[in-house]
Amino acid sequence: MDFDLSDEQRMLQQTVKQFLDNECPMAKLRQLFDDEVGFDPVLWKGLAELGVAGIHLPAEYGGSELEILDLAVVAEILGAHATPVPFFSHALAGLAISLAGSEAQKKRWLPALASGERVATIAFSEADDAWLPEQWKLAAGATLSGAKERVEAAEHADLFVVGLAGGKLGVVDRSAKGIEIQRVETADRTRRLGRVHFEETPVEILGAAGIEAARRVCDVGLVLLAADAFGGADKLVATSVAYAKNREQFGVIIGSFQALKHQLAEMAIETEPSRALYWYAAHAQDHAPAEASRIASIAKSHLCERYSQVARDATEAHGGIGYTWEGDVQIWFKRAMFDRVMLGTPRVHKNRAADLAGW
Amino acid sequence: MDLSYGKEFEAFRGEVKAFLKASWPPSGAAGQGSKDEQLRRFRELAISKGYLGRSIPKKYGGSEQAPDPLRGQVIQEEFAAAGAPMEPRGIGMMMLVPTLLDRGEEWQKDKFVRATLMGEIAWCQGYSEPGSGSDLASLKTRGELVGDEWVINGQKIWTSSAHEADFMFCLVRTEPNEKKHAGISYLLIDMKQPGIDVRPLREMTGGAMFNEVFFNKVKTPKDWIVGKRGEGWLVSRTTLKHERNSIGNAGQMTALLDALVATAKRRKIDGRPAIADPEIRRRLVEVEGYIRAHQYSGFLQMTKDLKKESPGVMGLMNKVNSTHIGHRIAKLAMEILGDDGSVAPGERNLMGAEMDSDSTWTNYYMATVGIAIAGGTANVQRNVIAERGLGLPRDTAADRSK
Repeated sequence: MDFDLSDEQRMLQQTVKQFLDNECPMAKLRQLFDDEVGFDPVLWKGLAELGVAGIHLPAEYGGSELEILDLAVVAEILGAHATPVPFFSHALAGLAISLAGSEAQKKRWLPALASGERVATIAFSEADDAWLPEQWKLAAGATLSGAKERVEAAEHADLFVVGLAGGKLGVVDRSAKGIEIQRVETADRTRRLGRVHFEETPVEILGAAGIEAARRVCDVGLVLLAADAFGGADKLVATSVAYAKNREQFGVIIGSFQALKHQLAEMAIETEPSRALYWYAAHAQDHAPAEASRIASIAKSHLCERYSQVARDATEAHGGIGYTWEGDVQIWFKRAMFDRVMLGTPRVHKNRAADLAGW
Repeated sequence: MDLSYGKEFEAFRGEVKAFLKASWPPSGAAGQGSKDEQLRRFRELAISKGYLGRSIPKKYGGSEQAPDPLRGQVIQEEFAAAGAPMEPRGIGMMMLVPTLLDRGEEWQKDKFVRATLMGEIAWCQGYSEPGSGSDLASLKTRGELVGDEWVINGQKIWTSSAHEADFMFCLVRTEPNEKKHAGISYLLIDMKQPGIDVRPLREMTGGAMFNEVFFNKVKTPKDWIVGKRGEGWLVSRTTLKHERNSIGNAGQMTALLDALVATAKRRKIDGRPAIADPEIRRRLVEVEGYIRAHQYSGFLQMTKDLKKESPGVMGLMNKVNSTHIGHRIAKLAMEILGDDGSVAPGERNLMGAEMDSDSTWTNYYMATVGIAIAGGTANVQRNVIAERGLGLPRDTAADRSK
């Protein structure tokens, strides 16, 4: 038994971390956070050059052909750094094409996605919080007309992978006609969202697989959100502990007060064991197909609830500064709001896990 | 990441299975005699095969195997699957034996280790006192050396199984003029002697697993001391560590969750099975999330153990984490029971035992509060995590100098 990351996985995490420390330090992150657009093509390109855009894509199309766990451990680091890049949606779009695309489609699109040269995103969510393939209603023939909600990086994407009625997947090129994008003001400014309207827009159906491909894309997405949530929560515990060791009141560091020590300990207790949960959920995507969907739903709902609570506690542990725009905690607090909602709230995934258990 | 045990361990699993198939339950010649005799013969055989007493040297009756958490895990799984007994349960194997092996005199190991391993003698632990709970080192039970004997006066409390135990390992103040921690010695005491009064301590469940133990001029030989005079606090640290590790067990939690699902299928809420109630379903999944995290975290800790790496702060959380999970299970059970959540608690049921009736759940509802206190309260655990795990300042440093 070896329930741990491999040396290569640690090295991958270390490489990404180092890159972000250098290329996206706090000042840069703050700048992008406050920026109207919030997307830095240079940062994205730099990350893509490390290979993170195609970790999970087939080698013949320029990917590294590694496992979902490799993808997830990178998501953890991006979550810890609150990195403002559309890694999550780009990874899922590429996965969708690699699972459901024909040879010709894969050959056409995947190399530019693996290299990060083109940005792709997913357009899954519809009105009434409909995230999951069984819930998609948008119908398509040669063209599609209708709207998709909460599309990450909608304004920067070159390619949309769209969820369609019956759990089918289609690809729309940004240059196609009839696309209108509406910016949506969302709390998390490190991952911007938009509403995408299609009006008789040409779409190419990914016809090589059925709804099971769409489900797998969603399951992997749940795992990536769980990993991001772990990275963020872990970071907030560390930040709060560091603050408690530094800030003084009544002539002593506040970390010497038992009330705060216990709060910090509880934050760590909520966070630390869930690292292994997201690892297992990621591992299961490649090695335990029978429980891959269920554990993905459990991990997503668990991690996102832990992250949300730890973010609240971290804000409180920082006192007044934690509640300001100037303070940094708010950035992770808002990422927790994004993670919680994307691909379905904890409520949705607890229901799904209960259904999948056959209860 | 590789969750299989690998060929070597699966081959080993095959050996253990074959052994158990042939040896448990005992039949033929091995099945002769009383239950105790059969059990003893089975344990001896399992020790000779290297399955039990693995951490105990051969000269003290063990099988002296190289430390191997995976083999240990395989043995535990297979013995559990076959319903076969392992080493005797209880505090003797869990805490006293490791302490004696670490700190005991040669004659002490000879006298006590084999007999404890074979289940011939049972132990209880004399630590807590009425005025000394979390602040254990403030204990007041006195031991005075008179000639060749210690004479002990005082009182212990929360002593599990004292009424059945043959011996007690006990923290006693023998050096009243020394500083707090340095005044304590670790003594072994024969429980079957005049001057010892064991009174059951009735818990809120109505059961009585614990006792109060009163000492009135109780005697124990001068050399029934582990470590030197005044070293008892340090000696006892070995065993507390063992207790905390063994309380965190995700397997028991999973069994409890299964039992809770079964109860939710049996009970009704609003005229339909509780398991069909959306809120109950979601709360079951929520509890499962915590259990799964705890379980995989255990895998990770075992891997760290195999690699001889420190588990870090994670290793300090097992007790309080499993305590939290216990509370969650208990509260959800009450939700599922509806109005029958008011029934008197039934017979005490250990965690992981069959939860087949409403009154076992009301027992568990109370027992989980006890678990949160036993072996170091959750608040003390939070201090440990904050101080040793997160590196925050100690808040009881002052008492070290008293």
